[in-house]
Amino acid sequence: MDGPGKQRRAGSWWYLLLLVQFVAVLWPPFYNRIEPSWIGMPFFYWYQLLWVIIGAVLTAIVYFTTED
Amino acid sequence: MQDVNWTALTIFVLLFAFITWLGFAAANWRRGDLDLLHEWGLGGRRFGTFVSWFLIGGDLYTAYTFIAVPALAFGAGAVAFFAVPYTIVAYPIFFLVFPRIWYVCHKHHYITAGDFVRGRFGNRWLALAVTVTGIVATMPYIALQLVGLQVVIGALGISGTGLFADLPLIIAFVILAAFTYSSGLRAPASIAIVKDILIYTTAFVAVIAIPIELGGFGKIFAAVPASKLLLATPGPNTTGAYSAYATLALGSALALFLYPHSLTGILSASSGRAVRRNAALLPGYSLMLGLLALVGFFAIAAGVAGLPEYAAGFKQFGNNFAVPALFLHSFPSWFVGIAFAGIGIGALVPAAIMSIAAANLYTRNIHREFINKNPTDQQEAQMARWVSLIVKFGALVFIIFVPTQYAIYLQLLGGIWIIQTLPPVILGAYTRWFNDRALLVGWATGIVAGTSMSAAVNLTPTFPLHFAGHTFPGYTALYTVILNIVVAAILTPVFNARLAQRTPLDETVASDYHA
Repeated sequence: MDGPGKQRRAGSWWYLLLLVQFVAVLWPPFYNRIEPSWIGMPFFYWYQLLWVIIGAVLTAIVYFTTED
Repeated sequence: MQDVNWTALTIFVLLFAFITWLGFAAANWRRGDLDLLHEWGLGGRRFGTFVSWFLIGGDLYTAYTFIAVPALAFGAGAVAFFAVPYTIVAYPIFFLVFPRIWYVCHKHHYITAGDFVRGRFGNRWLALAVTVTGIVATMPYIALQLVGLQVVIGALGISGTGLFADLPLIIAFVILAAFTYSSGLRAPASIAIVKDILIYTTAFVAVIAIPIELGGFGKIFAAVPASKLLLATPGPNTTGAYSAYATLALGSALALFLYPHSLTGILSASSGRAVRRNAALLPGYSLMLGLLALVGFFAIAAGVAGLPEYAAGFKQFGNNFAVPALFLHSFPSWFVGIAFAGIGIGALVPAAIMSIAAANLYTRNIHREFINKNPTDQQEAQMARWVSLIVKFGALVFIIFVPTQYAIYLQLLGGIWIIQTLPPVILGAYTRWFNDRALLVGWATGIVAGTSMSAAVNLTPTFPLHFAGHTFPGYTALYTVILNIVVAAILTPVFNARLAQRTPLDETVASDYHA
């Protein structure tokens, strides 16, 4: 079960990437506004939907750069 | 109530018949000996990345979510969108913590959070606290799934008086109970795939077709009252709607994976790698949830609340009728059948997993720990089957005889209660530093404080915390779990000093927590 320890430790800084999405979506003053709107959708809505995608990409990056 | 929609009803019934067959046939899928608890209750831990994605997604994004989140947007506006940051921050937590829990549970054959806490902290009372919290928090959640089912059955035009009014719900539940009893977790796992295809199709058709019908997003958002479009800007000396929004999102995310049905879904995965992969793949559902929240605004723009044919539905189900009314208004009957079947089946999948999770907990951490210490494998699996029936029957009785609002209140309290298991489970996945008794006192403090704070604000989710002349409205669950952790951290050195000679053993070692 136990893999080589040095590989697992390498790249663990990548985990910090996961913090980015916490800051981006848990601070409403960043995005509680109408403009700039996109295809008629207020900023508040499309910003948070966009972060779903960015969050998934960040998590995928951490998945590929770290070992379990 | 409007007339029975025969086309939609026929498609709805046909799809239900199909998943009933599938639920029973699932007993033979990746065949295992269903007289073993881990085969019945965890599908033999055989599900790869693909099936796990459907199972965990089908488990977390429930029928009630699909009805209630748009209903909240319809009624209260922007605040409903907290569901989006909630799911965004849930997955990093999942990614960091749950592969570790999968590995340790796999190594030691743990089936529940109670098993893990028992092994990690060696205290059966702490394990009992985690177990009882899990079961109690799950019960109203199952009941709420029935609300989702009730709303779509009502929207199909089926109505009656007395017991006859509840007959369709009872039939759906008997079917659910029967296939869960016979096939265990394999049933919801296979049905989840059908459910997701239906729900995804519905969601994408809804967010593309309805805005075209209504003249674009610009027109839709123009129809939403300005006060509902954004969060209210906080006044002086308060963090107002901002802190409420952020703490609701974070607290809900922390609570999500502590629910027993989440862990059951995660532990049924065949490898830690499948769990990790899913943390990166599951946000696919969050996108759908965000899009569905917008459907609440579509319902405002379409003006369904003012249409006479839906007046009876709104009277009976309140804002929860917004989505069904919009679908009836916008879609041809055959597609209404598909959409409603998706929501209805979406109620059965989580309800099945929740009842299995509660049954696993009772069997392992109450019955085996305190009543019959040496059951045979067959007795253990049989016990879990019976408990799953009792749990579902309880939820059914509750929803038929008790006002829906009570289930909603209990589910709210359930969130506050379940988050109190965070220190032994989530922190426990990383450290054995905490003293087991300190954790137990922390848990009790969190439960009592959370329940009384919640009662003080008439069972609304946020509590206005006053501090240094400022007010910080925030999610009670998050405030009280912080209190819980602080209490446990302060008492740990105190208890360690007094009880050093009888510190219970940790049966896990560091290398159990990863590949």
